[in-house]
Amino acid sequence: MWMYALRRLILTIPILLGVTIICFALVQIAPGDPITSLVRPDTPPEQIAMLRAYYGLDQPVVVQYFMWLWRVLQGNFGTSIANNAPVAAEVMRAFANTIVIALISVVLAFIVSLILGTIAALRQGGIVDRLVTALAVFGISVPTFWLAVVLVIFFAVNLNWLPATGMGSGGSDTFNYFDWNDFKFAVMPIIALALPPLAIMTRTTRASISEILNQDFIQTLRAKGLSEFAIITHAIRNIMPSAVAMLGLQLGYLIGGSVLVETVFTWPGTGALLNKAILTRDIPLLQGTILVLAGAFVLINLVVDLAQSLVDPRIKRT
Amino acid sequence: MTDIPAGSFPTDKTQAAPATKVRGYWGSVWNRLRYDYVTLFCLGLITVIVLLAVFAPWLSPMDPERSSMANRLRPIGHAKFTLGTDEQGRDMLSRLLWGGRVSLLMGIVPVIFATLIGGTFGIIAGYYGGKVNMVIMRTMDVFFAFPSVLLAVAIAGSLGGGIGNQMITLTVVLIPPICRVAETATAQVRSLDFVDAARASGASTYSILTNHVLINVLSPVLVYSSTLVSISIILASGLSFLGLGVSPPTADWGLMLSTLRQSIYVQPLVAALPGLCILVTSIAFNLVSDGLRQAMDVKA
Amino acid sequence: MTDVIETAPTSPDPRDRGGPAQPMLIVENIKKYFPIRAGLLNKKVAEVKAVDDISFYVLKGETLGIVGESGCGKSTLARLLMYLIEKDEGHLVLDGDPVGEKTGTSLDGLRRSLQMVFQDSYSSLNPRLPIEASIAYGPKVQGTREKAAKEQARALLEKVGLKAERFGQRYPHELSGGQKQRVNIARALALDPRLLILDEAVSALDKSVEAQVLNLLGDLKEQLNLTYIFISHDLHVVKYISDRVLVMYLGQVVEIGPVDDIYSNPMHPYTAALLACQLSMDPDERVESAPLAGDPPNPVNPPSGCRFHTRCPYVEDVCMSKMPSLGDTLRADPGEHLAACHMVHAGSGHSKAPNPDSRPLPLWQGETR
Repeated sequence: MWMYALRRLILTIPILLGVTIICFALVQIAPGDPITSLVRPDTPPEQIAMLRAYYGLDQPVVVQYFMWLWRVLQGNFGTSIANNAPVAAEVMRAFANTIVIALISVVLAFIVSLILGTIAALRQGGIVDRLVTALAVFGISVPTFWLAVVLVIFFAVNLNWLPATGMGSGGSDTFNYFDWNDFKFAVMPIIALALPPLAIMTRTTRASISEILNQDFIQTLRAKGLSEFAIITHAIRNIMPSAVAMLGLQLGYLIGGSVLVETVFTWPGTGALLNKAILTRDIPLLQGTILVLAGAFVLINLVVDLAQSLVDPRIKRT
Repeated sequence: MTDIPAGSFPTDKTQAAPATKVRGYWGSVWNRLRYDYVTLFCLGLITVIVLLAVFAPWLSPMDPERSSMANRLRPIGHAKFTLGTDEQGRDMLSRLLWGGRVSLLMGIVPVIFATLIGGTFGIIAGYYGGKVNMVIMRTMDVFFAFPSVLLAVAIAGSLGGGIGNQMITLTVVLIPPICRVAETATAQVRSLDFVDAARASGASTYSILTNHVLINVLSPVLVYSSTLVSISIILASGLSFLGLGVSPPTADWGLMLSTLRQSIYVQPLVAALPGLCILVTSIAFNLVSDGLRQAMDVKA
Repeated sequence: MTDVIETAPTSPDPRDRGGPAQPMLIVENIKKYFPIRAGLLNKKVAEVKAVDDISFYVLKGETLGIVGESGCGKSTLARLLMYLIEKDEGHLVLDGDPVGEKTGTSLDGLRRSLQMVFQDSYSSLNPRLPIEASIAYGPKVQGTREKAAKEQARALLEKVGLKAERFGQRYPHELSGGQKQRVNIARALALDPRLLILDEAVSALDKSVEAQVLNLLGDLKEQLNLTYIFISHDLHVVKYISDRVLVMYLGQVVEIGPVDDIYSNPMHPYTAALLACQLSMDPDERVESAPLAGDPPNPVNPPSGCRFHTRCPYVEDVCMSKMPSLGDTLRADPGEHLAACHMVHAGSGHSKAPNPDSRPLPLWQGETR
C-alpha cells in the first residue's frame, strides 16, 4: 500500500513536469514577439535588445524554460501585461472562487446522482429510469454556456428570482456563502456546473448498481431473507469506491471546464480570468492560470487514486 | 503411426447443415442498425442538418451578414424574418443555416485529423509496446493532465482566434483520447494468435499492421471517434463563444450565442436559438454513435 | 505403434537436404527467461525460467509428443521454435542447417519449413477476414500471386475436409470449433511446411471432433510427408499420435523416450504420477487419492536440486541438493529412454538407484493391468 502511494507520487512528478512544458510552450506558440507587445513602437533597437537580455529571451529555448521553471517554483508566475500586477496573486484569488462553487456543484451532483441512479437501477424501465436516460443524453450533449444562458433567461429574466450575474455588491472580498443575499448569486452557476457531472454520474451509478444487483452474492443475501433496504445499502456500499473516484475526476473537469459558465455569469473565478486574458491577449496571465488549474487537476487525480487505494481492498498494488 | 483408417478423408459432419447466407461483418452491423429506430431517426436528422448546411447559400432567404439597424431584434414568427433578427438586424434563419456550416466543419474535420494522427500513434504504441509505447503514451498522459476544455482554451488562447487555429486546437485536444483507445485495441489484437500466425508466415510488420491489425482496430476506434464529433462541436462553439473562433461578421452558432447574450432581456427566445441548434446537433451525433457502438458490438 | 526407427520417409522428398538420417530439427540448449519487474524503478527483481536449457531432436517423419502440466513452458518452447519470441540462448538446426546464422537457413526459410497450429481456435483466425483469405495470406506474403494463392487456399480447404465452395467465404464466427481447427491446419499447410508444431491443437475440441481432427492429421502426415511436434496435456491423445514423447516439468525436460517405453515403464516419478492421474475406464482401477498433490512450484524460484523434489514421493537428501542430469539427448539413440532422476542413475546417492548392471525398476505398471 505505502509502496503504491510512493510509486504513484513519484509518477506524478514527470506528469507535472510535462504540464509545465506545455504551459511554457503556450508562450512560444503565441504569435508575435513578447517584447514588442511590451514597449512603444518607437523604442530604439538597442533598448529592445537590452530588454530581451534582461528577460533572458536571447537565451536558447531550453535555457529559457529552466529559467522560467525556476521562477515558477519560487511562486513567481510573471507579471500581467494588462495591469502590471503579479499573476500569482491574481490567479490564487480567482482560484478560491472557482474551487468553492466547483466543490459545491460536484457534491450536489454526487448526492443527487446516487439517489437518481439507484432508483433508476431498481425500477428499470420505469419513469425515473427513462428520465435518467434522457437526462444523461441531455447532460453530455448540452453546451454548458447555453444552459447558463437559458437559466438566466428563465430565473433572472422571466421569474426574476435570482440575480443574473456577478457576485453581489461586495464582490469576492465580503462574499459569505452562508448568507442568502450573497449565496443567491452562486445558485445559478452551481446548477449550470452541476448538470453535466450529474448526468454522467447518474448513468454510471445506474449501471454499477444494476450490475451488482445481478451478482450472485446479492441473490444469496435475498435468499437469506435480507430486507430490500439492506440489500440496497449493500449495493451502494459496494459502488462507493468507484463513485468517489468519479467524484474526484468530475471535480477536476469542473475546475477546468468552468471557464464558459463563469464567463456567462461573470463569476470572478479562474474562468473569468482566462476570458479576460484571452480578450486582452495577456499571455502571462493565461499561462499562469492554466498552470494552476492543470496542477490542481493533477493533484486532485493523485488524491483520488490514493483515497481509492485506501478504500478499495481489491486494489492490491505493489 | 498406424491405426488410421484408410479411405477418404474424414469430413466434418456439420457440413450437412443447409448453407446459410454468408453475411460479412458490416452486413451484420447494418442488420442490427436497421431495427434501431432512434439511431435511424438521428441519422436522418444529421443528414438533414448536413444538407441544410451544405445548401445554405441557396436555402437562406437573405444575406447572413447584412445588418439593418431598423430591423434589430425582431421576434420569432415575424412576417419577413421567420426566426427573427439579431442585435444587428441580421436575419436569424440565414445566419443559423450558414452558422451550421462552421459548426459541422468544426465537429467533423478535427475528429478526422485527430483519428488519423492519434490512431496512427496509438497503433504504433500498441503494436510495438516497450520503449516506443512508453514514449508515446507518457506524452499523451501529459495531455490527459488537462481537462479538455482547459486544454482547448489554453492552446486557442495562445494561438489566437481564427478558423485555422481553432481546427489545430481541437485536433490537438482530441488526439490523446483517440490515441489511448487505439493503443488499447491494438495491444489487445496484438496478443491474439492470428497475429503470431501471420508473423510465423514471414509477413512484414507493415503487412501485419495493414492486413490484420488495422481492420480489427478500425471499428472500435471509429466508434469512439464518432462519440467525439459532438464533443468537438461543443468545444468549438465554446471557443467561438469566448471569441476564439471565426471573426465577427461570419455566422457561427457559438459566436451568435455570445453576441445575443446581451439581448436576453429583449428577445430571450431568439437568443436561445443558436444554443438549441448546437444541442440538437450534438444530441443527434451522440445517439448515433451510441447506436453504432451497440450495433458494432458483434462477437465477430 | 510401429517401431520408431522406421519412421524415415519412404519416398525421397525434393526439399530434403541432409538425407534421411539427418534429424528434421535439432534444438540445442535453448533458454528463455522472462524478467519480472517491480519496485519504484521497474527494476528486474527476478526471472521466470520458462524454458531452461532444453535439448532434443525430431527425426524426419516422426511425431514427437511434448507433455506437461500447464505452465511448464510447453507453449513458450513452441513459440521459441517458431521464432515468435526471441530466445536468450541456444541454437536450432533445421535439416542440417543452423537457423538464423550466416551460413545456415534464413529466418524466412525456417518459416517456410516450420509452421504452427495454434491452440485457441477463436483467436487464431482473424475475425474480419473470410477464412479463404486467412489461408491465402501466407502464400501471398511469400510472393504467390493473389489468384494462385486463392486457388491454393481452396485446394487446402478441400484437403482438410471442408468444401471450399461452401466455406471459403465464411467468417470464423460462422464456423464450429472443429471447422476452425481444420482451417488453422489448412493455413499452416499453406506454406508447404515440412514440420508442423501442434500446440494443444485439439485440446479445446469435443472428444468426437477431436478424433476426426486427429485422423485428419494422421492422413495429412502420410500424404504430405510431414513431421509433427505435438504439444498437449492430454496423455491419451499423445499416446495415440506420438512416436516418441518428451516430458517437461518447470521448463526442463525430465524424461524422453519411445512412446511405449514411457507409457509402460515411466522412469521419472513425475511421469509416473502424470500417468496415474489419467482416469481409468475401469471403476475398480480408479485412483483413491490424487497421485500429484498441489500445484507446480513457482517457476520464479524453482526448488533447488531436482525441481520435482517438493512433490516427489521418493524424495531423499540428494534430490534437494543436486540436480539430476538427463543425459545427452542429442547424442542418444531415438530408441533410448532417458530420465532426469537420481533413482535411475547408478551411484547417484539415492537409495533406490540401481546397481550399475541392472535395469531400472518400473515405478508404475501402467499397461500391465
